[in-house]
Amino acid sequence: MNYLPHTTEDRNDMLAACGVEDISDFFAIIPEKKRFPTLDLPEPLSEMEVLRELKELAESNADAEHHPCFLGAGAYHHYVPALVNHMLLRGEFLTAYTPYQPEVSQGTLQTMFEYQSMICALTGMEVANASHYDGATSAAEAVIMALKHFRGHRTKIVLSPTLHPQYSQVIYTYTQGMGIKTLAVNEPPDELDNLNTHIDEQTALVIMQYPNFLGELEDIENVAKASHDNGALLCVVTNPIAMGMLKPPGEYGADIVVGEGQPLGIPMSYGGPYLGFFATRQKLVRQMSGRLVGETLDVNGKPSYALTLTPREQHIRRDKATSNICTNQGLMATAAAIYLSVLGKQGLREVAELCFHKAHYASDCIDTLPGYSVRRERPFFLEFVLRCPAPVSEINAILFDDYGIIGGYDLGQDHDDLKNHMLLAVTEMNTRDDIDALVEALGAIK
Amino acid sequence: MNWSAPDDRRYTETDEWIMIAGDTAKVGITDYAQDQLSDIVYVELPATGASFDTGDIIAIVESVKAAADVHMPLSGVVTEANRDLEDQPDKVNSDPHGDAWFIKVKLHHPSKIDALMDSEAYAHHCAARNN
Amino acid sequence: MISPNKREEPLVYELSRPGRRGIQFPDPDVPRTKLPSSLLREDLNLPEITQLDAVRHFQRLSQLNHSIDSGFYPLGSCTMKYNPRVNEDAARIPGFLYTHPLQDTNTVQGSLALMHELQEWLKEIGGFAGVSLQPAAGAHGELSGILMIRAYHLARGDKGRRKILIPDSAHGTNPASTTMSGLELIELPSDKRGNVDVKVLRSACSENVAGLMITNPNTLGLFEEHIEEVVDIVHDCGGLIYGDGANMNALTGIVRPGDLGFDVMHYNLHKTFSTPHGGGGPGSGPVGVSERLMDFLPDPLVTIIEDSDEDEPPLYGFKTPPKTIGRMKAFNGQFGTLVRAYAYIRAHGGDGLRGNAEHAVLNANYLLSKVRDAYHLPFERTCLHEFVIEGRWRDVPNVHALDISKRLMDYGFHPPTNYFPLIVKEALMIEPTETESRETLDAFADALLEIAAAAHNNPDELRTAPQTTPVGRIDEVRAARNLVLCCHTQYPSNPDPSADPES
Repeated sequence: MNYLPHTTEDRNDMLAACGVEDISDFFAIIPEKKRFPTLDLPEPLSEMEVLRELKELAESNADAEHHPCFLGAGAYHHYVPALVNHMLLRGEFLTAYTPYQPEVSQGTLQTMFEYQSMICALTGMEVANASHYDGATSAAEAVIMALKHFRGHRTKIVLSPTLHPQYSQVIYTYTQGMGIKTLAVNEPPDELDNLNTHIDEQTALVIMQYPNFLGELEDIENVAKASHDNGALLCVVTNPIAMGMLKPPGEYGADIVVGEGQPLGIPMSYGGPYLGFFATRQKLVRQMSGRLVGETLDVNGKPSYALTLTPREQHIRRDKATSNICTNQGLMATAAAIYLSVLGKQGLREVAELCFHKAHYASDCIDTLPGYSVRRERPFFLEFVLRCPAPVSEINAILFDDYGIIGGYDLGQDHDDLKNHMLLAVTEMNTRDDIDALVEALGAIK
Repeated sequence: MNWSAPDDRRYTETDEWIMIAGDTAKVGITDYAQDQLSDIVYVELPATGASFDTGDIIAIVESVKAAADVHMPLSGVVTEANRDLEDQPDKVNSDPHGDAWFIKVKLHHPSKIDALMDSEAYAHHCAARNN
Repeated sequence: MISPNKREEPLVYELSRPGRRGIQFPDPDVPRTKLPSSLLREDLNLPEITQLDAVRHFQRLSQLNHSIDSGFYPLGSCTMKYNPRVNEDAARIPGFLYTHPLQDTNTVQGSLALMHELQEWLKEIGGFAGVSLQPAAGAHGELSGILMIRAYHLARGDKGRRKILIPDSAHGTNPASTTMSGLELIELPSDKRGNVDVKVLRSACSENVAGLMITNPNTLGLFEEHIEEVVDIVHDCGGLIYGDGANMNALTGIVRPGDLGFDVMHYNLHKTFSTPHGGGGPGSGPVGVSERLMDFLPDPLVTIIEDSDEDEPPLYGFKTPPKTIGRMKAFNGQFGTLVRAYAYIRAHGGDGLRGNAEHAVLNANYLLSKVRDAYHLPFERTCLHEFVIEGRWRDVPNVHALDISKRLMDYGFHPPTNYFPLIVKEALMIEPTETESRETLDAFADALLEIAAAAHNNPDELRTAPQTTPVGRIDEVRAARNLVLCCHTQYPSNPDPSADPES
């Protein structure tokens, strides 16, 4: 199936207008020996056959609609109101390009302006950009921003040991050519208070996570003070659903707040496309990368919207740009804007509290099981650490094979000291029956 | 041609002007440069006391669709930066050779100014690029 | 300060009334736990609207956009072709949509099989030895590619190679990606026919050069006439070739960049393989590499762990390349976008993809043939999938490319790319794509010809355009001088008094 419109007559007329006999003549410039390779691809299919093949592939997956899922660790199964997807499928949102021509892009531009405003509200910050690729790349962009802010005078980055391990990995990847010192404090989580001792006058940025990778709520104020006492900036990675009930990092003094926006109306979709949100203080806005929408007027004085501060970006500043980012996650930011509008201030609070209550019910039940214990050093939001009597991979295999349950994240793969520790996530999607089934299943595994 | 190049100062190929005033020299961008950039929306200036070599980037000017680096015409130390421009970048468009000076500099070698272009040479330099 | 005048559509915060709601969640079916009171927020400034308010608001906003679905969108370099709807349905099949990225690989074999197959197809289409699907967009792929080139030289102990050569016609992402990788840029001029200047290239090549980034066909829509020589010159000095795959829609089934000697290239799945642009994203930027960069690919790759036999399909899993540059993002690439690209390639097959490239090139040349007498063409050559004309005339100095663009909106067309590439003054870069009919191309050509005539007879018609769009010409200077990036000063929250300890 292809989507070409020309009739034979059209094609012949058009070739004649170009002064060309055969369509292949356009390619005479291409080295002859390498021209027109035969591509070893499967034969084309009709639309219905393509869909059938993909359904078969999809059906061999086990998904969270058919299996209770207690896996989180940076991606979460939440309810997406039906209208979010219906609006995203509007062709005017779906098939528009970047709004470089504002007169014919006010829909995308105003939606992004509203998204920016709502991200500011969630995080307690003053400005937010129109998105990065995901939470991890947002964190990496925060590093680049801090380096720019200090103009090379500070070159050390301190990463909390309870930052998502994949976020740390992405930061290492992004900064490998920048000649900076990235310090991940690799002690086991019990000693994470050590973080502050690593912050010094060479430190450009400290990155911590709230709720942290283990689901716990650490003391942001304390780290903010240590950062600011040394003149460093503080970036907090946060979960936007938690912001429905918790005091935002902006109120604790964070300079940059980033995170994974997937929980805001975006399905898990095996890892993407997701949404990196990024918010900061007004005074740092020129060091921030990514597209930004600002309000202005049209020639008749009507309030309208346009991309602004574009000279920060690669298409103008080229090698001196704040980042190389061009394409962002516009449609996912649109999803988040619609999600937040529909949930509103009450709905988001309800989702956050549902997650909180269900996660605590689950932890209380599991904690009574012999051989299991829940880590309770700090308050937690919707994820908690469970010490297990057997390797997590073995428990997860039994949970899935015998009970059809998708178990938690194996923390032993990142921290030797957390072997046999599982990170369990509970959201509003997990019913009490799901949770009770999990408790019963774990109780049977010893 | 709708830009001017007064003959009381010297010019660089990168469109900065420099004028000796007493102990120090004033530096700015030319009328031609502001015309090419069109409406200037932002100016970033260096700190007082900063030292620069000839050709170093001392400031950044931005319009809606372009950004340009401003270079040091001759080596020296910044004694003052025109902070008014940070709030009123449009001054660079309206009075590039007057009120909208960027920095005052204590030059290391004031005599080197004679090696820079005079207004006539600079006018030729601009005209050549406009074709 | 936000203006009090009336917007085309109110801000969602203006629609808000305390107590309205768009959705309700069930009460907890578990005992409640005491909330950690010292950690709770006092207020959250989100709108309070009904579901109908939300539907109407976003529906009306969408109607203010131009899109491929609503009209011709000949935006050069962006490949705005038809986005097949079946691909949207495919990406939303529950088995794809509701799988968690960290699930045990045994439970997501369908997703892994799809990713493995797509890796294989992209290797075949570009002539590469390996492909990683991780990068999230074209620029992200560029960053991966340049980091791989850097790591390759370092792994050989070749530490002096810090320069990346980039033609002056390149996308801005190329120099920006170079800087982000910690390498330095050397810009190469174009010659009189729009090619890389081979003489300058030769003299720029040295033992300090890490590689060349090249877009082919370039941003002028022109195929490099000396591409094999260019590749040889860079390889002979020990550098590698990075291909910017933004313009791959001109080459699928026509020539494979790997066969031309490219060492690494990113694909833009949202261009060549028609995944929707979504008002700015998501994209997807898989990278293909030659044999010598295989070990450096971003982590992870999808691989076959156990081969298939008569009864069982192969077992898929992840692997980390031995000298990987690392992870480019969390999790497994833009998976939903990969599903759409899979569906697109599966529908086309090899001949179909070649047909796309051929017709994209036919459409561009046909359109060019219709407008070339009225507009100045900076390079007199056969173009490939796009072409660049100058939006200016010597005899009407006050008409600019921007005026032409704005006037095209009044004809119902999206403008071409403006002011790029930088090496052409007042550039208009036009890419019609293969899915547009002759009638559409004719109508667009007629509009361009009428505008060229009006530029001379009635230039005000251009300078005051657009007249028919939801808003008139926008004051972008004001947007930059008076930054308003958030509406909370105008629309503060109305906190519930009982939640406010001060009251």
